[in-house]
Amino acid sequence: MAKLKSPGELEALRNSIIKKRDPAKPCITVCNGTGCQAYGSKSIVAAFQDEVKKQDLGAKVDVKAIGCPGFCERGTLVVIKPKDIFYQRVRPRDVPEIIAETIGKGNVVSRLLFTDRATNEKVTKESDVPFYKKQMRLIIGNNGLIDPTVIDDYLAIGGYTALAKALKMTPENIIDEVKKSGLRGRGGAGFPTGSKWESTRHAHGDIKYVISNADEGDPGAFMDRSLVEGNPHSVLEGMIIGAYAIGSHEGYIYIRNEYPLAVRNMRLALEQAEAYGLLGDDILGSGFSFSIKIKRGGGAFVCGESTALMASLEGKVGEPRAKYIHTSEQGLWGRPSNLNNVETWANVPVIINKGADWYAKIGTAGSKGTKIFALVGNITNTGLVEVPMGTILREIVFDIGGGIPKGRKFKAVQTGGPSGGMIPESLLDLPVDFDELTRAGSMMGSGGMIVMDEKTCMVDMARYYTTFLEGESCGKCLPCREGLRQMKYILDGITMGRGKEGDLQLLEELCGTLVDASLCQLGQSAPNPVMSSIRHFRDEYEAHIKEHKCPAGVCKFGG
Amino acid sequence: MVNITINGRQIKAADGATILNAARAHNIHIPTLCANEEVAPYGACRLCLVEIKTARGRERLVTSCIYLVEEGLTVQTDTERIKKIRRMLLELLLARCPDSEEIQKLAKEAGVARTRFVEQTGNNKCVLCANCARTCEEVVGVSAISLAKRGVEREMTTPFSKDLSDVCIGCGSCSYSCPTGAITMEDIKGTRYIKWPHNSIKFKMRQCSVCGQYWAPEKQIEYVAKTSGTPLSDYDKCPDCRD
Repeated sequence: MAKLKSPGELEALRNSIIKKRDPAKPCITVCNGTGCQAYGSKSIVAAFQDEVKKQDLGAKVDVKAIGCPGFCERGTLVVIKPKDIFYQRVRPRDVPEIIAETIGKGNVVSRLLFTDRATNEKVTKESDVPFYKKQMRLIIGNNGLIDPTVIDDYLAIGGYTALAKALKMTPENIIDEVKKSGLRGRGGAGFPTGSKWESTRHAHGDIKYVISNADEGDPGAFMDRSLVEGNPHSVLEGMIIGAYAIGSHEGYIYIRNEYPLAVRNMRLALEQAEAYGLLGDDILGSGFSFSIKIKRGGGAFVCGESTALMASLEGKVGEPRAKYIHTSEQGLWGRPSNLNNVETWANVPVIINKGADWYAKIGTAGSKGTKIFALVGNITNTGLVEVPMGTILREIVFDIGGGIPKGRKFKAVQTGGPSGGMIPESLLDLPVDFDELTRAGSMMGSGGMIVMDEKTCMVDMARYYTTFLEGESCGKCLPCREGLRQMKYILDGITMGRGKEGDLQLLEELCGTLVDASLCQLGQSAPNPVMSSIRHFRDEYEAHIKEHKCPAGVCKFGG
Repeated sequence: MVNITINGRQIKAADGATILNAARAHNIHIPTLCANEEVAPYGACRLCLVEIKTARGRERLVTSCIYLVEEGLTVQTDTERIKKIRRMLLELLLARCPDSEEIQKLAKEAGVARTRFVEQTGNNKCVLCANCARTCEEVVGVSAISLAKRGVEREMTTPFSKDLSDVCIGCGSCSYSCPTGAITMEDIKGTRYIKWPHNSIKFKMRQCSVCGQYWAPEKQIEYVAKTSGTPLSDYDKCPDCRD
């Protein structure tokens, strides 16, 4: 591949890629994210390839392994384009029939279609699947269109047009555009992205770093992984634009090593972007140079915290430090550093392409754009859901998520991962955005949503999250380390029938201390599950403590 | 110099001083465990939390051992909120190290008579402030000991938790910097014994060629000779017997 020396050459390359492709030629896409690979989707891809070879159909049909399109509940998913025929729960044995019927004769294999439970009708087209229909898939939607290991696929859907556009803008104009868009950090804290970029741009120092946080570690959350696995170039494109706006020439992507496919796909993406001259020296002939390295993390939850992440990048133990001087001024190796979550980076090309005004029309007054949630737990449609900020929680759980399986009742949803809070049924009409979730005693976090049904014991859930956080506390500061140890001990006691008068008060006092006194956000937000469950389900705690009863029938007492 | 107010008192503090430095310079007491002016601020024990209001009106809790003074800063070291936090931290500390006299003293000062939490055993007075490991790294420069493991399993230890460390010179700086007496050092008949919460090492000491007193561990003398570029023979006599 020759390096592209101008935006014009990029456009010429794009046109030649598109020209070579016949839009009418059927393309079988098979979802191939980590989750579906565990389900055996690799063998489905192989089976399609074998069958195509055996029947010598190579000229008639393409087979493409794509990233996670999001409807994990019905995986492995096969979509046949351009007709958009949607097959779900496909297994290798279904492959010959799909090839013979759908590719060979143009017939739909009815038994593999999705049945809409509301109408009991079979849905043929992917775009008509209710799970997708009610979403707004600005970011994750492209996963379904590309093979993440092939940069030409990304270019064919307009990839790197935002970069070419941005390189013609001034850095200040880009920052203004991002500020105007209202984009806030998708890692959880919701800090205004444009302002962060501006601080780093204005910070003193010749060397500045741009860092991407792909250290997603919440139980039940997999949107960041799916984004990096399924569309790594969208993250890269955002980072390059950000680096240009900030004035940085070196970037890092911090990915946990437990995400091997994400690491692999991102590494391939870096190599391919470099080969095209979209990364490296003199990008598209603009004179701007930027390179990115991947750093693999050891899988510590605390390393998602910015200062711990940077310590880990430096090769030190991943422990946080006080942030009285912002990392935008003194971050990695003491230099100005701009850290954003991968989903934040992936939003940047959209903003540059479509404009801040267009983007700012999506969402609520304080939270713009869309957010990807990992909808899991006791929910009919497990998967990745991308909706505009401000979407009502009930719509996410019931209209998109399909409600609670086995005819059970909804009890609560934990948003924001283990350090988020439990939101009860009475708050189901909450519009989901940064500020509303905080007001409800939870938080956006990275976007995990764990749905719980009536058979879930809230004390036990609080104990579960506290156990996770106790295990993930780095142990540096006293309140987080000792506080979580004691909090877990008290919760263990309550769920084993050892609860006593005064436990609730002590828990509440302890929670307050962790919020006020912990060094980093891990400790400060760790009491959320306990505090929110006491706030909304106090009667369950009291039943455990006073009557030694678990209303949900989960906790076993005695013995 | 910058003008700040601590507990209503107007104070001039040196540029670049922490709130804790400024308070101490004016005899205002803020309890601490992990603060040690010989090493970089760490902010782990959280006892030194204070409430501040910046000149721009932003109010928050900060660790006084890290936060630097700035013009117009107002500091409160003893509000009800601070006292409540300290009491809870001391209850947690009492549960961690029930037999530490230093913790008992701090608890008493804060008005905590007992802890409501379950007392632990086996921590041997160690509060994990890391003063020892930080002194060993930042002051001595050998990193013979460190904190190992994560979270509640965290412990102060020697490499691989063995009773030996190739690089430890037996200087005992860890013992001097420990606020709770969790690390002890004793010189008995030509041998230095350093006991950490979970490990211990013996060090052979050098005898003074004049007075016969055992005055420093051999390894420490070797280290000092090497880092200062002086011959080992310079250390035959103890400091008292040198000219």
